[in-house]
Amino acid sequence: MIAESGHYALVLALGLALIQSIVPLVGARLRDAALMNVARSTALAQLLFVGVSFAALVMLHVNSDFSVANVYENSHSAKPLLYKITGVWGNHEGSMLLWVSILALFGGLVAAFGNNLPLSLRAHVLAVQAWIASAFYLFILVTSNPFLRIANPPIEGRDLNPVLQDIGLAVHPPMLYLGYVGFSISFSFAIAALMEGRIDAAWARWVRPWTLVAWIFLTLGIAMGSYWAYYELGWGGWWFWDPVENASLMPWLAGTALLHSALVMEKRNALKVWTILLSILTFSLSLLGTFLVRSGVITSVHAFATDPTRGVFILLILCLFIGGSLALFAGRATSLKQGGLFAPISREGALVLNNLLLTVACAVVLFGTLYPLAMEMLADFKMSVGAPFYNLTFAPLFALLLLAVPFGPMLAWKRGDLLGVMQRLLAAGVAGLVAVAIAWGWATGGSTLAPLAIGLGVFVIAGAVTDIVERTGLVRLPFATVLHRARGLPRSAWGTAFAHAGLGVALIGIVCETTWNSEHIATMKPNDVAHVAGYDLKLDGLFQRQGPNYREMIAEFKISRDGEALTVMTPSKRSFTTRGSSTTEAALLTRGASQLYVSLGDATAEGAIAVRIYYKPMVLLIWWGPVLMAFGGMLSLSDRRLRVGAPKPARAKQRLQPAE
Amino acid sequence: MTRKQRRMTIIGGSLAVLALAAALVLNALRDSIVFFSTPSMVAEKHIEPGKRFRLGGLVQPGSLQRGDNLAVTFEVADGSAKLPVAYKGILPDLFREGQGVVAEGALDANGVFKADTVLAKHDETYMPKEVADALKKQGHWKDDYGGKASEGTKPAATTAQGNPQGAMR
Repeated sequence: MIAESGHYALVLALGLALIQSIVPLVGARLRDAALMNVARSTALAQLLFVGVSFAALVMLHVNSDFSVANVYENSHSAKPLLYKITGVWGNHEGSMLLWVSILALFGGLVAAFGNNLPLSLRAHVLAVQAWIASAFYLFILVTSNPFLRIANPPIEGRDLNPVLQDIGLAVHPPMLYLGYVGFSISFSFAIAALMEGRIDAAWARWVRPWTLVAWIFLTLGIAMGSYWAYYELGWGGWWFWDPVENASLMPWLAGTALLHSALVMEKRNALKVWTILLSILTFSLSLLGTFLVRSGVITSVHAFATDPTRGVFILLILCLFIGGSLALFAGRATSLKQGGLFAPISREGALVLNNLLLTVACAVVLFGTLYPLAMEMLADFKMSVGAPFYNLTFAPLFALLLLAVPFGPMLAWKRGDLLGVMQRLLAAGVAGLVAVAIAWGWATGGSTLAPLAIGLGVFVIAGAVTDIVERTGLVRLPFATVLHRARGLPRSAWGTAFAHAGLGVALIGIVCETTWNSEHIATMKPNDVAHVAGYDLKLDGLFQRQGPNYREMIAEFKISRDGEALTVMTPSKRSFTTRGSSTTEAALLTRGASQLYVSLGDATAEGAIAVRIYYKPMVLLIWWGPVLMAFGGMLSLSDRRLRVGAPKPARAKQRLQPAE
Repeated sequence: MTRKQRRMTIIGGSLAVLALAAALVLNALRDSIVFFSTPSMVAEKHIEPGKRFRLGGLVQPGSLQRGDNLAVTFEVADGSAKLPVAYKGILPDLFREGQGVVAEGALDANGVFKADTVLAKHDETYMPKEVADALKKQGHWKDDYGGKASEGTKPAATTAQGNPQGAMR
């Protein structure tokens, strides 16, 4: 019954979405408030029914109802409860259901909290949301129904892919989807603005919080996925330039650009057309990401359970939405009025440069991702584009961007004084150069570029600090005044500083890890000692242990440094009987921001075991950086000016100029 | 500054950044792209020693030999040709004799493929898509292989690896 109810609820959600796609638009055309308000109730009801459907699938997984194909294929009665729940989205059908659930959640939030939006704008936005929702409900119901029953139910399920049986699965996909799908809101706002033929600074003020929410989740989702890959795959890599990783990076780059261009639009009423285009592109890249992950056209670490017929369906959705929105853009964009003027050297100019570099970097990643696919289809040979390509293309562009980051917030709107800003950034520049010198003197081996990159990271952080110091008058003014000023500073200014500093922190982590990472691979017998980066690792012994749905071989290492015993590390190798596959569980020892990383290979007949030991200096900074960025985003979100529903004066303005 | 001048500055700046990106991409394409080959493609086309490429095929059953200090050798076969591969390090969790593998490296002077990476990029059916495609193209795709590999896997996954490209063309 549960499965059928879930299925039925999903069909009802599709029906509601179809109503929501058409009725509010008719209402907007007829200026009928009642019809336009239908969007609000249908969006909330849709959220309810999708919620019921999702809850039904969770129940089926928790109850281990193996008469449902999806549960049979991805679950096992002995699986721990947490993985029974997370296993719901550890497969294609369930993850698509999560996708539409989050889409409905965002639609519901706009419906519930969008009371101060002009009625026709809200009707348009929710209608566009419903188009997207209808397409994906259809996709699920036609090609990937998670509620299909099996005629002769088996007694036991086939278990979830062991690699996915980890806490990472509980966090990474929902976060990533909140980010991906969150950009659908800015997309819907952009399409609504194009359909209404009207856009102003207030529009940007409504869109920015939504974009910011999506961006925060996407940032955390990507960072979380990277850390998961780092500890779960057992080879200490944290970014592989894998097509699926690129698929999440591209919306992030475009979304970051959107965040900044919406700022220009809100403050200066300029860059309107560009902001609209970016909104469309960002969500298009999210859809492309969904297509790449779900269709299996590209070999990838994430390519589990893919099916080409589904790929064609998503490709159709992709073409429809991207093609349609771009056509609408081409037709309507010229009718939007141009905004305020600014000199090339100004805050606006700096944000244009930011957008330029981010979108070009995004285009480079897109090229690298699709080029092998295009060559395979056109010229029929296979190739791969890996890290060397991105190091030569993406890295220089991003270095340029980072060099410009500290200048942006310091330039004045409209017309800036570059020389003045350079003088104010002198201290930050000196800090960067000192860092280069120290890294140069200290470093042994590694690329000569590494100290320069560290200097760049320090410059970015020092630049962010300088901005705050200047604004609060620290050093110049008495401490009480500084405190008062710091409290009075808009939260978004603090947000900017944290987010920008996060970039520098991540860069330093990336450079340290890739340049001074030490690796030691050997076969070890009990009582053997390995020496890595000043640490002594003594293999005490090997043990077997029985887990709930796996057998585990554990190696126990005593770790000491300079004769002082530190701790015991227990990396293990798990073999999952149901799937006949094994996973490597690495052991991590955190010392400051650095980590010692031990993972196991195969055991030999003589009782020895292959061991992989890494010392990764400053590796945690790679993820602290994005966490800082997300924290900055949250501060910015809590700013009074940006609070969802703040723009009162703009509303008055809206009333003065009725819809054309 | 007039609107027109402002626009020209922005367009000029954009073109400069785009030109820079294009130059970087073209430069990178020259030497950072790695091609994919199967053992029979290696036999047909003479690939010079030292040129990096990706080798894909099936691990020949019985060919895996472990030497001292994590050195391993095995053969990669695609039905009509075989190529010896030498690797030093820990093989990925999903490495199996008789299953598909992708290795990256270069040939040495003796015609042995020195791999520095053995890829663990598999789907749950233990068959890299590149290898499946190449084997099919050469007519060495064994239907029973698909069945065997997907033992305990749902039929949908078998069709997915059967012809992943078909839908795209």
